[in-house]
Amino acid sequence: MSPPQKPAFSGLELIGDGLACVRGGRRVFQGLSFRVAGASALALRGPNGVGKSSLLRLLAGLVPVERGTLTLSGGKPDTPIAEQAHYLGHLDALKPGLSVEENLTFWAQFLSGGPVRPERIDAALDAVGLIDLASLPARFLSAGQRRRLALARLVAVTRPVWLLDEPTSALDTEGQDRLFSLIADHLKAGGIALAATHVDLPFTVETLNLAPAAMELRA
Amino acid sequence: MGLMDLANPTRFMAVSQRILPWMWGLAVAFLAAGLYMSFFLAPQDYQQGNTVRIMFIHVPAAWLAMMGYSIIALSSIGTLVWRHPLADVSARAAAPIGAAFTFIALVTGSLWGKPMWGAWWVWDARLTSVLVLFLMYLGLIALWRAFDDPARGARIVAVLALVGAINLPIIKFSVEWWNTLHQPASVFRMGGPTIHPALLWPLMVMAFGATLLFLAIHLAAMRNEVLRRRVRAMQITAARGVATAGAEDGEPELA
Amino acid sequence: MSALSALFARELKLAVRIGGGALMAVVFFLIVVTLMPFAVGPDLNLLARVGPAILWVGALLANLLALDRLFQADQEDGSLDLMVMAPVPLELIVTVKALAYWVTTGLPLAIAAPLFGMMLNMPSEALGAVCLTLAAGTPGLTFIGIIGAALTVALRRGGLLLAILVIPLMVPVLIFGILATSAAVVVTSPFIQPFLILVALSLGAMVLGPIAAAAALRFGLE
Repeated sequence: MSPPQKPAFSGLELIGDGLACVRGGRRVFQGLSFRVAGASALALRGPNGVGKSSLLRLLAGLVPVERGTLTLSGGKPDTPIAEQAHYLGHLDALKPGLSVEENLTFWAQFLSGGPVRPERIDAALDAVGLIDLASLPARFLSAGQRRRLALARLVAVTRPVWLLDEPTSALDTEGQDRLFSLIADHLKAGGIALAATHVDLPFTVETLNLAPAAMELRA
Repeated sequence: MGLMDLANPTRFMAVSQRILPWMWGLAVAFLAAGLYMSFFLAPQDYQQGNTVRIMFIHVPAAWLAMMGYSIIALSSIGTLVWRHPLADVSARAAAPIGAAFTFIALVTGSLWGKPMWGAWWVWDARLTSVLVLFLMYLGLIALWRAFDDPARGARIVAVLALVGAINLPIIKFSVEWWNTLHQPASVFRMGGPTIHPALLWPLMVMAFGATLLFLAIHLAAMRNEVLRRRVRAMQITAARGVATAGAEDGEPELA
Repeated sequence: MSALSALFARELKLAVRIGGGALMAVVFFLIVVTLMPFAVGPDLNLLARVGPAILWVGALLANLLALDRLFQADQEDGSLDLMVMAPVPLELIVTVKALAYWVTTGLPLAIAAPLFGMMLNMPSEALGAVCLTLAAGTPGLTFIGIIGAALTVALRRGGLLLAILVIPLMVPVLIFGILATSAAVVVTSPFIQPFLILVALSLGAMVLGPIAAAAALRFGLE
């Protein structure tokens, strides 16, 4: 397994300052500040309903920022963070009627906005252990395999920020190991990863504890 | 050869492979003879001229349209009562073939009618009933295709097929009633028992040849369907069998 | 540009592969056309006169059939989230999806319409006219329809609501579509005027529809 060649990101920093989020008329959090430098990961922790998913969706531009500022320095100028980020949510964004390879190729072309070399697709499928199933319709995949295929998207298209919502769900231990090594590669290349997860990540991460009442950043 | 001998799909594949070339050969021979008789031996009709020759295609097609639905209905009973996978394979394979013959019957009926009625299509009872039959074929095919898992769809489609079979006479009856309400008496009536023997013989040969053709296509389509299901089963095995699939993943999502 | 062509190709592939979706609308169209003679009687002269109306109403309804799944399917599996995040403007994504929908639904309806018109004893000039007016008018129907599809994207039973929302908006397209088609049946009525208005309505819908639909999709995000 050889990880695809990645250009190194340099001088990245994702800064959230005094963020507030309102969903469904409910204030999910407010006054949330954090700072993640390149080549490091931030683990979002806290009880259910505290706003981990909301924060990730907010970063992905899927939920409007109620108050506060969000900046990514060192990224592409004049480009929204959403366009420089991968979002791996609870849903896998796969079509059962398309094959494994077709699903990934579509997202790779769509997200990168240009033609994608087949070797790149194969390398990404190989990285998540699905290369042998490339021609199989996605409807035959198990929940864990679907998760892997969704993950392959992050490998196939290079983006500096990874937003991962419970990335380990449905993955077996082997799949989790692959996920961790992919995140590690991404960080090594200078990227940023934010993950809402209950699993302990096997590398040094900073932790952002979200709590309903007071929010604090512990490094 | 009883049905039970063929109950085993593997056995079915072996036997059908041996029968099939003979059926193709017979079908082609009878159709060739029938077409020769229809176009060269059969006399022109004193009223309809050469147009009457459309009958040699139209009548067998209309007859096979109904036979196709009968095969589906009988197979559906097999699916519901014995739950035999081959019964569903047979029903599923017959549907597109029946629909195709129904379509041929509709088109030839329309062509035949043009010089007679001065219009490409007339809403007479026969033609309209066949059109409704065509729509029911399409409904069955669509319902089959809506299920990813053929085993799950089999019995549901069988229910629709049987409801349709019960409904067909009612539909035919009401269409006839509707038609006579609107168009008394003057409707063109074709054939009937008064058909001349010189026309009857080619028609019988054509009907027999077309039936053989239907059965040969049906058998070939059944083989394809069995193979298609094997491919599907192998794909599922492949998805589950890959070392990285992980035992904790649970059932693959087939929906 | 390649992101959009990839999306277009995906939409076509899905439409063809999933349950024969592309032909379903044509079959529904045929059923509507078949029902009408049962209702009004098989009198060929009468059918020829109401033929344009039957074909247009049938095509309008058939065009609505799969519209509720246009964005809903992508919303349910998370694809819509990724599309919103894409560098491509959402308006263009919506346009491409609508165009693909038209190619797999509206265009087949326009192509099938002359055949069904034959069954209604319409004269041959009218058959050409109905094909032409449907080809020009169904994009308008689709691009109005996507507004409703975007509005109801998050609703469980959005299909019926969608029809109630957008059919009133489709009235102008229907009026001028039938007017132009009737011109070929009734000699006294002009063809070019209503046809040009029909084309204008379609073009207007192609501009307004994606903007409204994209806005509705953005507001519908959670």
